[in-house]
Amino acid sequence: MAEAKRPLSPHLQVYRWGLHMTLSILHRATGVALGAGTLLLAWWLISLASGPEAFAQAQSCLASWLGRVVLLGFTWSLMLHLCNGIRHLVWDTGQGFELSTVRVTNMLVLGGSVVLTLIVWVAGYGLIGG
Amino acid sequence: MTMKTPLGAVRGLGSAKNGTHHWWLQRLTAIALIPLTVWLTASIVGLIGADYETVRTWVSIPLVAILLALFLAATLYHLKLGLQVVIEDYVHHEGAKLAAQMTVTFAAIIIAAASIFAVLSVAFEG
Repeated sequence: MAEAKRPLSPHLQVYRWGLHMTLSILHRATGVALGAGTLLLAWWLISLASGPEAFAQAQSCLASWLGRVVLLGFTWSLMLHLCNGIRHLVWDTGQGFELSTVRVTNMLVLGGSVVLTLIVWVAGYGLIGG
Repeated sequence: MTMKTPLGAVRGLGSAKNGTHHWWLQRLTAIALIPLTVWLTASIVGLIGADYETVRTWVSIPLVAILLALFLAATLYHLKLGLQVVIEDYVHHEGAKLAAQMTVTFAAIIIAAASIFAVLSVAFEG
């Protein structure tokens, strides 16, 4: 009857945009992206079990420039989902909902994800020497 | 004195006491994945540039094999729970929703089984 006409929550268009809203949708987007990342990890482990040729092929795919771009995206997705996920766990205790607090934790989550990604890649490149 | 309607009493249905099951397991797997993710990320960074034998030797360390299996199980369970909600939110056609939920559930279980088996086979072969 009126089923198709009912408005759906949340009414995104009535709110003024905030960084927490972007982080909210990014949490979901990175979660889905990490599903693809998990496939990569599974493929890498299965290639390791399959033998030296399969493993060498997986390694060269991941080490190619395209592989590195994917792995960089994987790393940042993982770190953002991790940092924002920890914030979600804090929210689950009923704390941190004040807008002033959210503005601070927005920056902690975003900054934390970038810093952790940098640490991983600087350490990685440092290890293979460039 | 019961607050149930006569129809409710006849049907015998009530709260299944599992309303928070999905929510709770998503949190439980999330908490488990915090230390596991930090460990795995640091380990993989340490393995950059390592050859086939080195990586196999690493996986065959008992603690490493156990933590890898736990990471994969927790990740794929967490992934299944998360994708389930995404599908519930965006797929409104009943048939498509059912197909998507089944695909996600089967895929998560298959990937978990295959990847954990891969870890164990490396661990047992040495």
